[in-house]
Amino acid sequence: MGSLDNYGIVLALLGAALAALVPGMASAKAVSMGGIAGAGVIAENPSLFGKVLILQLLPGTQGIYGLIIAFITFSQIGVLGGSSEISFVKGALYFAACMPMIIVGYTSAIRQANASVASIGTVAKKPDQFGKAMIFPAMVETYAILAVLISILAVSGVTGLNI
Amino acid sequence: MALLQMQRINIYALKKDRKHILELLQRRGVVEVRDMLKEDKVFSKSDVSVAKQSLEKNISLATESLSILNNYIKESSSMLSALEGRKELPVEVYDGFREKYKTTVDITKRIIELAKIIAENKAELLKLQTQVEILSPWINLDIPLNFKGTKLTTGYIGTLPKPWTLEGIYDRLADYMPLDVDIISSTKEQTCIFVLCTNNNKDKVYEILRGMDFTLPSLTIDRSTTFNLSTMDDISTTADISPAMQLKFIRQQLDETKKQIQVAMDEIISYDKDRNKLKFLLDYDTMRLEKYEVLGTLLQSKNVFIISGFIAEKDIKDLEEELTSKFDVAIDSANPRKKDEVPILYKNNGFSEPLEGTVNSYSPPGKGEIDPTMVMSLFYYALFGLMLSDAGYGFLIAVACAFGLIKFRKTMEKPMKNTLKMYMFCGIATVFWGIVFSSYFGDIFDVVAKTFFGVTDLPIIPPLWFYPVEKPMLMLTFAMAIGIVHLLTGLAMKGYQMAKQKDYMGIIYDVVFWYVLLICGVVILLSMKMVTNILGINVDFPDIVIDIAKIAALVSAVGIILTNGRESKNPFKRILKGLYALYGISGYLSDILSYSRLLALGLATGIIGTVVNQMASMTAGGAFGPIFFTLIVVIGHALNLGINALGAYVHTNRLQYVEFFGKFYEGGGKVFKPFGINTKYYRIKESTKNGIIR
Repeated sequence: MGSLDNYGIVLALLGAALAALVPGMASAKAVSMGGIAGAGVIAENPSLFGKVLILQLLPGTQGIYGLIIAFITFSQIGVLGGSSEISFVKGALYFAACMPMIIVGYTSAIRQANASVASIGTVAKKPDQFGKAMIFPAMVETYAILAVLISILAVSGVTGLNI
Repeated sequence: MALLQMQRINIYALKKDRKHILELLQRRGVVEVRDMLKEDKVFSKSDVSVAKQSLEKNISLATESLSILNNYIKESSSMLSALEGRKELPVEVYDGFREKYKTTVDITKRIIELAKIIAENKAELLKLQTQVEILSPWINLDIPLNFKGTKLTTGYIGTLPKPWTLEGIYDRLADYMPLDVDIISSTKEQTCIFVLCTNNNKDKVYEILRGMDFTLPSLTIDRSTTFNLSTMDDISTTADISPAMQLKFIRQQLDETKKQIQVAMDEIISYDKDRNKLKFLLDYDTMRLEKYEVLGTLLQSKNVFIISGFIAEKDIKDLEEELTSKFDVAIDSANPRKKDEVPILYKNNGFSEPLEGTVNSYSPPGKGEIDPTMVMSLFYYALFGLMLSDAGYGFLIAVACAFGLIKFRKTMEKPMKNTLKMYMFCGIATVFWGIVFSSYFGDIFDVVAKTFFGVTDLPIIPPLWFYPVEKPMLMLTFAMAIGIVHLLTGLAMKGYQMAKQKDYMGIIYDVVFWYVLLICGVVILLSMKMVTNILGINVDFPDIVIDIAKIAALVSAVGIILTNGRESKNPFKRILKGLYALYGISGYLSDILSYSRLLALGLATGIIGTVVNQMASMTAGGAFGPIFFTLIVVIGHALNLGINALGAYVHTNRLQYVEFFGKFYEGGGKVFKPFGINTKYYRIKESTKNGIIR
């Protein structure tokens, strides 16, 4: 194992940490956007709390997806116990595997929050249109789901590689 | 999977029975009154806006007084009271309310008046408190604050900023002796002084005082405020009495105001016993308002009136019998006309019924469409379960819902009942998938067995099928397979719908071609080594099957190009439209990929659950270990359940609305809204003994 290989685990952990960090940040921002819009609605009509809360929480999932990727990576690279001998290339691959989640997680959370805020506005005016209003933010989430999927598959795929 | 057949109904009756007939219809709640007939010389609508206005006013009075009452004395209610539904009241109470009506309206008015009194008195209280603050530095002054002097002297009463000593002030005014300076009180911020000088020096003294930033006390004496001064003989306003006396009076008034507030509050609280009356007033007038709204749409002549609307075919006979037995009426019913916007009334079994609301929140079935609830419900529960996929969570949801359903089975309102039922079925499906993929609160059994009992023979409960975390590709394949089944079912629904509309050629063009193309496409894809390698599955088709699939796919693709643009006459345009329709296959591809969320959300639940258990097991050592363990497990899983149940709910809806409904369903109908009793607090229980509505 060359000296460079010592940094394999560093890269892998960096990827995992960013996967938890970046989408988490974005989700925090996104949920707060929903919260601000929601608080205004509640002031007018407190009975909408349940519906508005759901819309607020929708863009919160990216943070959770990031967490999942971080945990899967942790368990694969042996941070949670087990051996942590990872070559530099492998570490870089783990880092790359986390990228979809890091980037798409960030942007999709913010974009989804925009849709959520708009939907909260819809529900404020027409509470009975909640079912439709809920779908708009959920459409955005699709891409976060695709990203988490690719990251999961990539992280568990890298483990099987013999490099 | 059905909608009830609706009929147009017209009821002709005599005006003298109008009130009773309307009340009967309202209680039965089976007719949606629609304004479908035109006015003419004989029949016209009557104006009910005045009556409606007064009812609306009473409703808002009742609502406001109830909310005031709630501010002062909370109604005792348990956490589960939301499940309880409206209380039942016998019809006699409804009829007997007429006598209490006037007094109840008076109570609402009185409560609102009292609330106003309290608000006014509270404002007064604030004002008085400011006066007290301003006056208290002057308490040692024994002459009135508006003292201006005597015949030969002039007095100045006011404040200087910052502390001053008596000598300091005398120094400044030394030139204008004789004078008298008193410091009434002194604080860091200000010094309250009284200066008395001779009249010939008054302007100069004032000038010097101004130079020291002398200001008059900022007490605005409200002359309209009438203090209780009957004991003082020759003093007409408070400004003419000394500050100490003034303070005394203001304090008296403060007490008086506080007492008034207390009295008003006590009186409001005393109306707690009438809370039910107020609620009933609200309901009573809501019902009457609805009645008047219907009344406003009725066509009436001098002696006759006509009610027109829609009714479910099954209800016609009962209603006709009941009406004709009591009143002189004529009823005719007929099939809806082509132009009519017929209201939608569902008829589903207990398994599918809870999802009618979900269909409604997309849109009720439009003209010529079928009710998708039954087919949707099968997939809905299954997909929800797959996304949550934890037997423990499912069990909790199902048991909690079942508990609510059983405990309040008699009184629970229908919408609430349906919601609970829906989650109960979702919970049961979740238990099923949890067992298939062996997830019980994550891997709680394994963790507990390993941490506390040292068991090494894991897993304790092996999955019925496999662990999704270990074989994500297999899970992905499974998710997409479910997606294909779901989409093809949607396509089949389209075929069924077209069959109902007797568009048999359309079935071949729009459904059969696509079926062949999609299935053959799947076969061809699975025959490629690359695809099977990615998916990690092994499928062996004989060559002949693949060849047939290729040819069939080609034929159906050509068929789609030729027929899917058939509404255009121009052949060129038609082919282009057909090509565009064929391009829709990319839509199918993205639809199928969309089902990968089944994998992602399922994994999310499992992984977070496992992480919670892992964190808990790290704290499990030591005497208090089990306590920490339990705490972390309970809180962690509660959070996980909450966030993932939300995700499962939202994404199940999405798969139904976007992927499934997108294949065949547009909606656009209107839900049947019968003329009935839509109250907030009570429901009227019919006396079933004689069934006579008075």
